Amino acid sequence: MVVYGVAVLAGCTLVGLYVGDLLGAALGLQANVGGVGIAMLLMIACTNLRAAPLRPGTPAGNGVDFWSLMYIPIIVAMAAQQNVAAAVSGGAMAMLAGVAAVVAGFALVPVLARMARK
Amino acid sequence: MMVLEKFAASNGLLVGFLFVGLVMALAYWIARHLTRGLLHGSAIAIALGLLLAWVAGEQTGGAKGVADWPLLAGVGVLGGSMLRDFAIVATAFGVRLSDLRSAGWVAALSIPLGVVVSFLCGAVVAYGFGVRDPVAITTIGAGAATYIVGPVTGASLGAASDIISLSIAAGLVKAVLVMIATPLVARRIGLDNPASAMVYGGLMGTNSGVTGGLAATDPKLVPYGAMTATFYTGLGCLMGPSVLFLAVKAVLG
Repeated sequence: MVVYGVAVLAGCTLVGLYVGDLLGAALGLQANVGGVGIAMLLMIACTNLRAAPLRPGTPAGNGVDFWSLMYIPIIVAMAAQQNVAAAVSGGAMAMLAGVAAVVAGFALVPVLARMARK
Repeated sequence: MMVLEKFAASNGLLVGFLFVGLVMALAYWIARHLTRGLLHGSAIAIALGLLLAWVAGEQTGGAKGVADWPLLAGVGVLGGSMLRDFAIVATAFGVRLSDLRSAGWVAALSIPLGVVVSFLCGAVVAYGFGVRDPVAITTIGAGAATYIVGPVTGASLGAASDIISLSIAAGLVKAVLVMIATPLVARRIGLDNPASAMVYGGLMGTNSGVTGGLAATDPKLVPYGAMTATFYTGLGCLMGPSVLFLAVKAVLG
């Protein structure tokens, strides 16, 4: 059933985010630490294990597939509610700090990716 | 008007679906007819979303983009963190463990390196603008990591509120720029395989930037970038008020 897939997805997401919150609290932070990553690992386990409850092409799998296809529309909605006005009006210092961080990050991607391939 | 606003509010999520559907239809039309496929439709859709958010923010003075327009409040539900995380986890469906291991220890290394490099950029820029207070420099540097690391670091160091808003602005600039620029530079920086996507996620770190940037580049890469980026903000909040602040204090003597 489609809803089984959606339920497994919701379960993985909730467990991952909650563990991320607990990790953050244990470290004394007001932030979630790795919640989405933990949830994705659970999801991968649910689909890769030999007795995996979820397989692509099954009704349950379609329930998950639908949400992964909804990913881009959700990201468009996310973009539409960013505080762009504050970013634009932050002044030269904020602008330059943000731009410098992005340029430096982009420049390092090929360097580290080359290390990863070795 | 009141009746319509009330109706839109009680059907918020549906309004969100319709809004995004229209934005994407327009974006794909622009991609096909005006850029002749040079820019991908999803990249244009994200840019259109940001543009609308800017217009809305200027007009309403709010912080939530188009979601501050009463009629479009439902976009805030669709694009909020709950459904965003739900959909990101869904993209992990069908990911192979071997691909996740392809970047190995370099993927793990990219996260602290990304925090430190972003922090350095922000701190150096702040210093260049004549800021000498270590708390302010640390807060702005942390903001250059993400717009969450900035205020969390500033709050725990007791930074002034104008410095905290500056750090949030720096983080927002980064998130917006990563979303827009990633599809444009993707080929040049070799962002076309799981390993480089994991490294990219760890280096850029900003969740909305990374997930938006990868969605506009190649949706298949999303789970890999999200996997590393998800640890970035937590690590930044951990390092900002501690080692990074101490390092700034040590450098400034």
